[in-house]
Amino acid sequence: MQIAVCLKQTFDTEAKIKLTGDGQIDSAGVNLIINPYDEFAVEEALRLKEKLGGEVVVVSVGPAQVQESVRQALAMGADRAVLVSDPAVAPSDHSQVAAVLAKVLQSEPFDLILSGWVAIDDNAAQVPARLAEKLNLPQVNMAVKIEIGGGKATVTREAEGATEIVEVPLPAIITAQKGLNEPRYPSLKGIMQAKKKELKLLTAADLGAELGASQVKILQYSLPPARQAGKKIEGEPVDSARELARLLREEAKVI
Amino acid sequence: MGKDVFIFAEVKAGQLRKVAVELLSHGRAVADQFGGQLVAVLVGQGVGAAAAACGQYGADKVLAADSSELATYITEPYAAVVGQIIAENQPGVFLAGNTMLARDLFPRVAERVKAGLVTDCTGMTLEGGNLVFTRPIYAGKALTKVQVESSPVMATIRPNALGVAEVAARQAEVVQVAVTIPAEAKRVAIKEVQRRESKRPELTEAEIIVSGGRGMKGPENYVILEELADVLGAAVGASRAAVDAGWRDHAFQVGQTGKTVSPNLYIACGISGAIQHLAGMGSSKVIAAINKDPEANIFNVADYGIVDDLFKVVPALTQEVKKLVQES
Ligand SMILES: Cc1cc2nc3c(=O)[nH]c(=O)nc-3n(C[C@H](O)[C@H](O)[C@H](O)COP(=O)(O)OP(=O)(O)OC[C@H]3O[C@@H](n4cnc5c(N)ncnc54)[C@H](O)[C@@H]3O)c2cc1C
Ligand SMILES: Nc1ncnc2c1ncn2[C@@H]1O[C@H](COP(=O)(O)O)[C@@H](O)[C@H]1O
Repeated sequence: MQIAVCLKQTFDTEAKIKLTGDGQIDSAGVNLIINPYDEFAVEEALRLKEKLGGEVVVVSVGPAQVQESVRQALAMGADRAVLVSDPAVAPSDHSQVAAVLAKVLQSEPFDLILSGWVAIDDNAAQVPARLAEKLNLPQVNMAVKIEIGGGKATVTREAEGATEIVEVPLPAIITAQKGLNEPRYPSLKGIMQAKKKELKLLTAADLGAELGASQVKILQYSLPPARQAGKKIEGEPVDSARELARLLREEAKVI
Repeated sequence: MGKDVFIFAEVKAGQLRKVAVELLSHGRAVADQFGGQLVAVLVGQGVGAAAAACGQYGADKVLAADSSELATYITEPYAAVVGQIIAENQPGVFLAGNTMLARDLFPRVAERVKAGLVTDCTGMTLEGGNLVFTRPIYAGKALTKVQVESSPVMATIRPNALGVAEVAARQAEVVQVAVTIPAEAKRVAIKEVQRRESKRPELTEAEIIVSGGRGMKGPENYVILEELADVLGAAVGASRAAVDAGWRDHAFQVGQTGKTVSPNLYIACGISGAIQHLAGMGSSKVIAAINKDPEANIFNVADYGIVDDLFKVVPALTQEVKKLVQES
């Protein structure tokens, strides 16, 4: 099994967001992590490799500092990695990111492409589907269980109000939902080995990726108005409950 | 560039979903501004009654792709149909609710028709003749305003975010779309569907959510939240701590690695208010919190807070709400 895993580096979920003087997102001092859903994808790839043999290749598009997260995936046990760093790729343009990933994934054969279902920073959930369309592959989103056999994957996935079991022929793109697995921590040995593993750095031009004009234009970033602490309702439970019900009806008008 | 505004009007159990009604009612003003038609697109099996209802919410026209081949949603057959509809009609705008279905479908369609797409928007305004979308990023810790530069302009909009605008009903012509699904689009096969039966509204669409965390102490205690939810017509959510403990299914987790919700009222019970939880519910219109720890972070965002034992307050609240409901 040749397995590729798409990995995006994101801000830590604890990160406080600030804006720079010119109104951009300020990344100074922010702790960077592997997008949590991509960590599930890495873990799943490693488990499949342990069962079926083969190789796990991590693929990412982003600035040079992404190497740190990519090394972490190598330390977990991935075999090698490709990182495309190119200021010409607009990170907010999911079609461009998918175009670059597609070029990498077309350069060698893969049986399975795993990714997270969504990135927790831009909350887009677009790149895997756009990639699947570019590569003309079937996609299955929000997997909570993956079984491989007979040239196909049997995937249990979260759908609205239901859990579905679907079958998809390989190669395919499958995206990870929480619940798929518990990602391992890199071992000390893994961290040592990761330093020697291949991490190929490329530009979009190296790959001959056609980016096209950006389809989305970000006009402004802002911080949401801070919520204010409201009323504390005092008294015995029966009284405070009555008062809350009254306020929700008469003041807030929501019940 | 097309002028027509298309709405992907999602149908559930034969009825238009509420978010479809929201989008139709707001799409009306956009279509008027662009001098185009407001067109509802319905895909599925047995969508006739829902199609007939669209005029009531301002649609000029309805395109219905009704086929047994579309009975259960699968990405590629739906993408083939919607892609075909876009190619044949060249809409200027195509909007959908940010439901699990549209979140799965729209990115694939957008790539197929080479369009830009913004997902999970909480606002849509017309500025200088252009549509501008607001969307939360970094789990609601920042907001961004975005414009889409392609035709069609594609976006998915969070349920409840816009509400329903007043529009005059129209007589909408219903046109059946001939469905041709290429064999290639049938690569994914559904083997089994395990439906979660629930009389309660979908978490992401509910106007009221009653949510419980680690303070619930065990799965059996959720019954008191369910009783409160049922008198309010609410959905029941959970924190990750409760989900990780195995008390509730992940489908009901609210937060950064769960669902993002924007109900009119969110009642947090035994939830401390970790940043990853607030990420999922911070855009609720009104937040009420019941927690025995006066220092709990949830009180920093709650409009109404009760510092007490939830096992005493929640049943009492259920009784009080019942009384109010009976009076009105
Ligand atoms: C990458 C990442 C992603 C995450 N994603 C999510 C997410 O999507 N959603 C999410 O919720 N969390 C998420 N978390 C976890 C989050 O950090 C918190 O651990 C979690 O939200 C805590 O859940 P809780 O509030 O139920 O539990 P706790 O923090 O343990 O709080 C329980 C609360 O119950 C109160 N309590 C106890 N008994 C009673 C009683 N009898 N009456 C009243 N109050 C009582 C306590 O005072 C306490 O405040 C994530 C964390 C990480 C690192
Ligand atoms: N720059 C990137 N490099 C590699 N993978 C990415 C990148 N952006 C997104 N992805 C993958 O696509 C998934 C969804 O991302 P998004 O569409 O940004 O929400 C992520 O979980 C990643 O697996």
